[in-house]
Amino acid sequence: MADRSATLDHASPPPRRAGRARRLLAEPRVLLAGGFLLLLLIAALAAPWLAPHDPTAQDLMLNEIPPGWSPDAEPGYWLGTDSLGRDVLSRLIWGARVALFVAVVSAVCAGVIGTVLGLVAGFFGGWADTIVSRLVDIWMAFPPVLLSILLVAVIGSGLTSVILAIVVIDWTRFARVVRAEAMQQRRMEYVDAAVTLGMARGRILWREVLPNVLPVVLVLMSLEMGIAVIVEAVLSFVGLSVASGLPTWGGMIADGRQIIYEAWWVMVFPLIALVLTVLSFNQFGDGLRRVLDPMARR
Amino acid sequence: MTAVNLLTRLLAAALTLFGVAVVTFALLRVVPGDPIAMMIGPGATKADIAQLRANYGLDRSIPVQFAIWLRHAAVGDFGTSISMRQDVTHLIATRLPATIELTALALVLALILGIGGAVASVLPRRRWPGTALETGNGLLLAIPDFVWGLAFVLLFGVAFPVLPISGRVDPSLPIHFATGFVLVESVLRLRFDILGDVLAHMIMPAMALALPLASVILRSLRGALETEARQDYALLARIRGRSRLQVVTGEVLRNAMVPTLALTGVQFTFMFGGTVIVERIFGYPGIGNLAIDAIINRDLPLIQGLILTFGALFIVINLCVEACFVLLNPRLRHG
Repeated sequence: MADRSATLDHASPPPRRAGRARRLLAEPRVLLAGGFLLLLLIAALAAPWLAPHDPTAQDLMLNEIPPGWSPDAEPGYWLGTDSLGRDVLSRLIWGARVALFVAVVSAVCAGVIGTVLGLVAGFFGGWADTIVSRLVDIWMAFPPVLLSILLVAVIGSGLTSVILAIVVIDWTRFARVVRAEAMQQRRMEYVDAAVTLGMARGRILWREVLPNVLPVVLVLMSLEMGIAVIVEAVLSFVGLSVASGLPTWGGMIADGRQIIYEAWWVMVFPLIALVLTVLSFNQFGDGLRRVLDPMARR
Repeated sequence: MTAVNLLTRLLAAALTLFGVAVVTFALLRVVPGDPIAMMIGPGATKADIAQLRANYGLDRSIPVQFAIWLRHAAVGDFGTSISMRQDVTHLIATRLPATIELTALALVLALILGIGGAVASVLPRRRWPGTALETGNGLLLAIPDFVWGLAFVLLFGVAFPVLPISGRVDPSLPIHFATGFVLVESVLRLRFDILGDVLAHMIMPAMALALPLASVILRSLRGALETEARQDYALLARIRGRSRLQVVTGEVLRNAMVPTLALTGVQFTFMFGGTVIVERIFGYPGIGNLAIDAIINRDLPLIQGLILTFGALFIVINLCVEACFVLLNPRLRHG
């Protein structure tokens, strides 16, 4: 608790921050997960330079070439090609772009909306709390799949609707947790102290309470990114995500599912990328929670 | 649960369903795409389009459309599918049994795996088997049904081709069953050749749906079992000479199950949602697969019918879970 009340004093930085970072990196699981995510981010950002081929370039003379270690492999196509002769590795790298873009944008948007509503509900209570809580209850009563089917049916397919669907469905995850956290923070002495000092309530919420619930939000965001990557893959697997020009892991998996007996590698590599990404976001979020949450530390 | 209590619940369920119908209808009317545009051929004239519009009632105002739709829906008539040109109720009715059997099988598998795993993890005296299982389970928790389904296709369909990877039953089998519940009916009619074939088709999608749920059950139940096993009554049973296995499966499990079952109920509705994608992967002819086709084709009557069907299923499941809860927990019986 000591470091929490210390944030009231803006002159001194919160203690133990360096210690936390070191502890986070000391966990091998977190280090592995973080390292993988960093590599993925680099691959996504540098896709135009890293990808050995144009991800959409078709070459029907070079279709369904097996991966590099096979005797029938073609030099330059390390992970083989798909049914249209497109390079699997290049599509994998470009697919990371879509996956990470959706993950980051939807997690941040859902996080911001959920956090703001949760903070207001938890900190001010009263009718603000009643409205937000009822809204969350009604939202949660609607099964997520039903909601996403309805949403995609209404707003149509495409990257924007995928992000919108994730945000519209998952803001409640943040709102519920942040509301509970804010209610807890409101009862703390530092809030009383700030009130006594004459700070406006909105300012207390923004300058004092928000920094204290931020760790929880960060953990949730990491987990949410894992969820978003899956949702994007699922929607592009059934053909409801981006237009077919842009390579996505889900789209590659769908292509691979069609030719699974002839060219298993078309489906296997994006599937491996998907699993590693989701596990990384999960383990990273888990590690973050164990470091930031004193209750889970033991 | 008293009669009044039950009546309130049913009334609330009906109201919820009505709410779902209103929201669905309202949302789908603001859809940008035009369903008629998808059905007409290139040579259609303006008059043809207007005729088609009138045929489907799309020229009326939205409240009127809703009233008409509701009057028909109340007697189980959801109109005609635009993309498949078939009766929506008939389409759903022929696919629904397949989904119900799949989820039921998945639930049974999840309970067996989850409860079995949890019991097995608390039985050994040493700590490491339980800890190892928990760590592994933590990783499994992150893997969704979608990934399991694809992994199974690769493993048992391609690498070791022992199972069929799509469909519900071998089309060459002559089946003349009275209902769509092929699994149940093949048992009742003692047609074990069909039963075997249906199970071979269902086991992979059912496992894909079951594993995430099993992970959740295992984690929740393991914690509860450890807490309950430290209670005095468990110790007393041990002192009276019962084996660890007897105590855990006899007294402890029963008490630890209540919170886990509540969680299972909630998660089960999520699993129902998972059928949408898992059925797609395995080309399984259920309502989930139908839902994706309906969206891709912007088939409004079908989407409406399906969402209402899903909504009704969720409500029924929730009522069943609450009933189970009351049966298991005597304290709730006199509430």
